[in-house]
Amino acid sequence: MRLLPFLASAIVTVSLVTVLNVQLPIGASKSPKLGYFLSPQHGFWKNAEKINANFDAHILAGDLKGKVDVYMDDRLVPHIYAENDEDAYFVQGYLHAKFRLWQMDFQTRVASGRLSEIAGADKLSIDKFFRRLGMVYGAEQTERMINETNPIMKATVDAYTAGVNAYLKQLSSEDMPFEYKLMNYEPEAWTPKKTYLFLMFMSYDLTGRSASADLQLTNTRDYLGFDLFDKLYTNQQDSLDPIIPMGTEFATASIHPVAPANVDFAYLHKKDSTVMATNESDAPEAPDKNNGSNNWAVAGSKTKSGRPILASDPHLGLNLPSLWYEVQITTPTHSTYGASFPGSPAVIIGFNDSLAWGVTNAGRDVLDYYELKFKDSTNNEYWYNGAWKATTKRTEIIKVKDSADVIEEIAMTHWGPAMYDAHYQNPQSKGRNLAVKWTAHEASTGVETFYKLNRAKNTEDYLKAISLWKCPGQNFVMATKTGDIAIKQQGSFVARWDRQGDFIMPGDDTSYVWQGIIPNDENPFIKNPERGFVSSANQKSVDASYPYYLGTASSFPLYRGISVNKQLAAMSNITAEDMQALQTNNYNVFAAMARPALMKFVQMESLSGAAKNMVNKMNQWDLYNHPNSEGMTIFKLIWDSVENAVWEDELSGSPIPLTTPESYVLVEQMLKDSNFSVADNIRTANKIETLKEQVALGIEKATVQLSLLEKENKLSWAAFKATRVLHLTKTNALSRLNLPIGGGENIINATSENHGPSWRMIVHLTDEIEAYGLYPGGQSGNPGSPYYDTFVDYWAAGKYYRLLFLSKEKLKANEHTKWHIQFSKA
Amino acid sequence: MKNNTFKIPVSILLSSMACFAIGLYGALPWWSFMATNFIIALAIPQKPWVAFLTGALGVGAIWAGLATGMDLANNHLLSTKVANILPLNGSYVLLIVITGLIGFLLGGMSSLTASYLRKA
Repeated sequence: MRLLPFLASAIVTVSLVTVLNVQLPIGASKSPKLGYFLSPQHGFWKNAEKINANFDAHILAGDLKGKVDVYMDDRLVPHIYAENDEDAYFVQGYLHAKFRLWQMDFQTRVASGRLSEIAGADKLSIDKFFRRLGMVYGAEQTERMINETNPIMKATVDAYTAGVNAYLKQLSSEDMPFEYKLMNYEPEAWTPKKTYLFLMFMSYDLTGRSASADLQLTNTRDYLGFDLFDKLYTNQQDSLDPIIPMGTEFATASIHPVAPANVDFAYLHKKDSTVMATNESDAPEAPDKNNGSNNWAVAGSKTKSGRPILASDPHLGLNLPSLWYEVQITTPTHSTYGASFPGSPAVIIGFNDSLAWGVTNAGRDVLDYYELKFKDSTNNEYWYNGAWKATTKRTEIIKVKDSADVIEEIAMTHWGPAMYDAHYQNPQSKGRNLAVKWTAHEASTGVETFYKLNRAKNTEDYLKAISLWKCPGQNFVMATKTGDIAIKQQGSFVARWDRQGDFIMPGDDTSYVWQGIIPNDENPFIKNPERGFVSSANQKSVDASYPYYLGTASSFPLYRGISVNKQLAAMSNITAEDMQALQTNNYNVFAAMARPALMKFVQMESLSGAAKNMVNKMNQWDLYNHPNSEGMTIFKLIWDSVENAVWEDELSGSPIPLTTPESYVLVEQMLKDSNFSVADNIRTANKIETLKEQVALGIEKATVQLSLLEKENKLSWAAFKATRVLHLTKTNALSRLNLPIGGGENIINATSENHGPSWRMIVHLTDEIEAYGLYPGGQSGNPGSPYYDTFVDYWAAGKYYRLLFLSKEKLKANEHTKWHIQFSKA
Repeated sequence: MKNNTFKIPVSILLSSMACFAIGLYGALPWWSFMATNFIIALAIPQKPWVAFLTGALGVGAIWAGLATGMDLANNHLLSTKVANILPLNGSYVLLIVITGLIGFLLGGMSSLTASYLRKA
């Protein structure tokens, strides 16, 4: 009678293997399929790269025209030497895939609203947001235009795509990247559209903040009324030091944007809508408002060598695998080195043998909402110019893991997609029907700008290359070996009247249309200025004499620019090392202005003993955000707490979160007035509170928190800030946490919690280019590779690598060159 | 094969080799070794508990051995990270033990089931 044990044993065996072959729920997420994941021949063990791995290889590919030699240096940076341009981009695609496949796939999935497909219904609201914002729509416009009108870019992106797919073709399932195994899905073929989606994502990251800010500002204005709003959210920045020096004369404007006649009641004072919200969903986290950067170039007149030096450090979210991948590309037409985007061909920020370039975000407002009135719930017609106008419908199908497809039907208007309607709302949209108009929806050959910068020989080439650039608007800095320095704010910028687009605009009225795009030659530009340097740090590019409105001042951080310009003006005999020191400088110019302003309102005698002690420590602080500085932590908590005490009564009564006024508003008021009228607590009607009382209240509140931190030994700035470079899935075990680094918001070394200098580069334009750089990551995206986070500690310590930019013969013989990958035609 | 003392090491060795060989085909499911173990246990008749042990040791040893080899060559870089994702407190030793244990259990159960089938 062995049948029973057989059945029992079979049942146990099948149950075991089944449990080990499914994803089990752990908290909100899901485990990998454990049996598969731990199988040494299939699962994650295969991704444990040998410490002394040899990267030599010979690869045959049918799509190549000739031979390509790639030499890898000891930091795993590939130096690509190709016989023609297309082969070089093929190999760039291949290498991006070999070292960064999962991130390329993941980031383009986010951009195209396809997260639910791999992560389930939890991610539906994020997917809907991106679909309805028109991310896929925008990428399609660009793809169509490039396919129809730009054979060179088409060939470039096609070659890159073929390279990625050649890697995919030889990739066996047990060798696929770690994260696929962890999350249980599989890679798919690359397409040119994915490259354009990736660039759309950069547009969103750098200009998409308006998508949430415009709604929040509208609600804040509605809550406070325009007059109080205009005081707290003033666009006036007294201490501004713009990119183009004050007093520079601008060309006469060719467009004269005129505000509509009814702007006061129909736009600025508009009462809020009373339609009830349905189907509320969460929006993804808005892009970080500190997405910014520094760049500058100093002329030979200010350097020791007599040659220009250029510096560029884009500030973005700090992630592993990094957004950046270092590469050298050398072909008979050009030779360039710098940071590239896995997902796109060419070098994005870098240099060639004639010049160097870098970018910072322009911060200009290029995304607006228009409120629609639909005729009925079909959304087939909307009211425009006194008549019903027909919409077209765009269908987006969202696949959902373990669940049925979700279909989004989006009404398309002449403004753009109707992002918010009865089917899609969030607390900030408050039931409104809103169409979104965004320059990123327009076809653009952005990738061609980089293609041409990689090959630019002189200032004219640089200007031609960037003239094609539309979105996201950038400040392109440049320096040439022949001694030119220049900076231009370039993009497709709307010719706005004052405050146009800060709030939701009426969508039924022609007078609110964009009255034009500012012609390229009216965009802010300066070349070889007398002061011997050009710079930008996301501040307003121009003073009030510029004829066009830039957008709300909260988009333009004020203080880093002041710091950069002050220091550059004072420097002479500059060396590359001096520029490294400036890029990692921790001086807090904001605190230098805010601390004395705050102290005007501190009455020491009225403070508690503990609070007095903290204020004294704050006053002894040297104003540098060094990692071990306790004064900075004290200053930050006191300042934030005072701001909170001042604004709380104005804003805290609202059921939805409102925009907090910018810090410069309070500082500048404190510097100007002995008592700021908005400091009166509007909720205590019988008593007029003085700013002094609010400051005392703020300090006492902060002291409670500070004393706790002191007890936990977390008062030092680095411990408090706890900078981290986070894996894209936000998995701590794959991230680098608690890095010992100073800096912060308003600091040139703009390293905050999870945001900061994502690529630091210094280029000295001597005959043989002397360049330094690094990013907080590593060349390999594989968490199981020793090259995964190679540069992080060096980056945190403020150190730099010398970049190897050499001819093939010299590089082959260089002591840092370690491996050779040969590509030839199959 | 009549000599039982000889049958045991042969079963273990066969089960190990077959597990490794079929594992080389990455496109096959990760649990394919259960089929090879099943066939081996059908071909070599043993007492059920002996069948279990030989199958379990065969697969368990190869899983733990392979994992250990890859982990040493990797300086525990990835295993430490995975042992923090899974609730193992960053212990790569524990991760290797669990890896071996999964191979051991599944390998053993598969052989056990086969040996019962032979006698059913």
